[in-house]
Amino acid sequence: MEYVLKTRGVTKYFYEPEKFKVLNDITLEVKHGEFLSLVGKSGCGKSTLMYVLSTMDTDYEGELEISGELLTGKDQNYLADFRNKYIGFIFQFHYLLPEFTALQNVMIPAMKRGKYSRQEVQERAYEKLSILGVKDQALKVTSKLSGGQQQRVAIARALINDPDIIMGDEPTGNLDSYNTQLVFDILTELTHTYKQTIIAVTHDEEFARKSDRVVEMSDGKILRI
Amino acid sequence: MKLVVEIAKTHLLAKPKQTVVAMLGVTFGIGMFIALVSLMTGLNDFTEEVTMTSSPDIHIYNDITENRPSILDQVNQTGLNIVHHQKPKKETARLRNALQIAEMIRRDPRVLGVAPTLSSQVFYNYGPLELPGSIAGVDIIEEDKLFDLRSKMKAGRIEDLLANNDGIIIGTGIARKMNVKLGDRIVITTPQGHTMPLKIVGLFQIGIGTIDNVRSYANISTVQTILQQDQTYITDINIKLFDLHQAKAIAPEFQAMVGYKAEDWETANSTFLTGVVIRNIITYSVSITLLIVAGFGIYNILNMTIINKMKDIAILKAMGFSGSDVRQIFMIQSLVIGFIGSIAGLCIGYTLSYLISQAPFDGGDMVSLDHFPVNFDTKYYITGIVFGVLTTAFAGYMPSRKAAKIDPIEIIRGQ
Repeated sequence: MEYVLKTRGVTKYFYEPEKFKVLNDITLEVKHGEFLSLVGKSGCGKSTLMYVLSTMDTDYEGELEISGELLTGKDQNYLADFRNKYIGFIFQFHYLLPEFTALQNVMIPAMKRGKYSRQEVQERAYEKLSILGVKDQALKVTSKLSGGQQQRVAIARALINDPDIIMGDEPTGNLDSYNTQLVFDILTELTHTYKQTIIAVTHDEEFARKSDRVVEMSDGKILRI
Repeated sequence: MKLVVEIAKTHLLAKPKQTVVAMLGVTFGIGMFIALVSLMTGLNDFTEEVTMTSSPDIHIYNDITENRPSILDQVNQTGLNIVHHQKPKKETARLRNALQIAEMIRRDPRVLGVAPTLSSQVFYNYGPLELPGSIAGVDIIEEDKLFDLRSKMKAGRIEDLLANNDGIIIGTGIARKMNVKLGDRIVITTPQGHTMPLKIVGLFQIGIGTIDNVRSYANISTVQTILQQDQTYITDINIKLFDLHQAKAIAPEFQAMVGYKAEDWETANSTFLTGVVIRNIITYSVSITLLIVAGFGIYNILNMTIINKMKDIAILKAMGFSGSDVRQIFMIQSLVIGFIGSIAGLCIGYTLSYLISQAPFDGGDMVSLDHFPVNFDTKYYITGIVFGVLTTAFAGYMPSRKAAKIDPIEIIRGQ
């Protein structure tokens, strides 16, 4: 299968404060192992598009297909399960659960999936943490970690179920240049070594320039692919 | 362990102070419920028991104060008859064919026992002292079957009455007031002026002043002799049923059958039983209020937790937790708070009840009590825990449902 993600004519409206077309007939195809950046001015709809692609937002017209499966019209519980298996998330803020250790945070999506035993999940979580260079922080409560460490733990969490697609909303938006570079390198390695697909919304022009493919949006339409 | 349970546990343990405060709300609610219910039902049971021992389930007697039709009404049934100042007919309290009636009632399958007795107002004389009271002529063995008199005896044995034709068993209140002991002789004077000396062969104490201070028992034949009546003179029939709560329904049936007044124990003791109803109302209204307050406490704490955890909930949902997973996480928390809080409440309730049951209490002249009567029935402990868990489940359900409905995009994009 060549394409991991396809959309056909995705259109979405905002109704508050008045009816407004945020996404206008978006058709997009993303290949396996591609590192794609979504760029554009504030309010152009790039984040909105990403949340539609992530299956979290179901209020749109058109069709969305991921890993060969049509997801439009599926119910929330099915989509939650689907996200758990096939999609990993990295946000501008880490969104780690503050009461849990780094290791537990990474383990939670895998435990939810229930594919491996606790022992195996723990081994895999350690492995992901060591790829991201934060293995030594595994047993600390996440609220005690630095910003860069937290973001790396969050990436490890996104990777734990070996998702087909990793979605990022400003994944480096809150990091200094050193950590930005680090995160970028990790993401690049994931696409090239592990053939995972990355779709990231970004403001960072340098980040966008270095990615495989840049999709620029304006007023709810794709300008340049 | 299931993942949602683990997350709920971590949430509860992360803020132990808040968790304990929420539990204490339930604990005090349940604890007070148990203490109140134990004391109140203890009092109710005590009241019911003393009324049961002091009055039969159904009491048949000749109510001579009841209105009777005038002789004019009997003759001229269709006319408009007015009789002024109708004087009461001279009539004794005798029940006609009492022994046959008793035999008939005894054959009813709902009836446990029947005791024909005769009673009369009397004066007890001892030296110059004169006390009003009432004497009951009974078959003491039958009477014991109905009222468990044996366990109420403070001195002497009920069999001593059978051996002594001039014997009498008197209440401890009379004995105390007249300063008489077992073996002393007191003189009985009837309203008709007949007197007879009787020997005290026993003392009983039922526990209610109004009975212990006035009542005495003697053999039927003895009382018939004092009253100078024949061997068929019976004034009362006392009936014990298998199920005392049927009394109210059965009494009118007997009344219609025998033609004499049949009074059930609930009517005879309505003043006592009103107290029972009022105590129940107080107990349950106070307990429910306490639990509702505890429920609001849990509702508040969970609501706060969920507002604080909006981001966590959003990310859990993004990572693949469904709405019902999220709801379970918070429901488990409220149920754990409810369950542990209720268990602790039961312990506190038991301790309080135990302390109350040990506290000395002087019932005064009316009732003979030296400690509060407390009921340790497990039924109320089960009610308590069920009630506690249900309240917390209900209080937790609404915030949990709110958490389940959180739209993750709104939270994540809102940052």
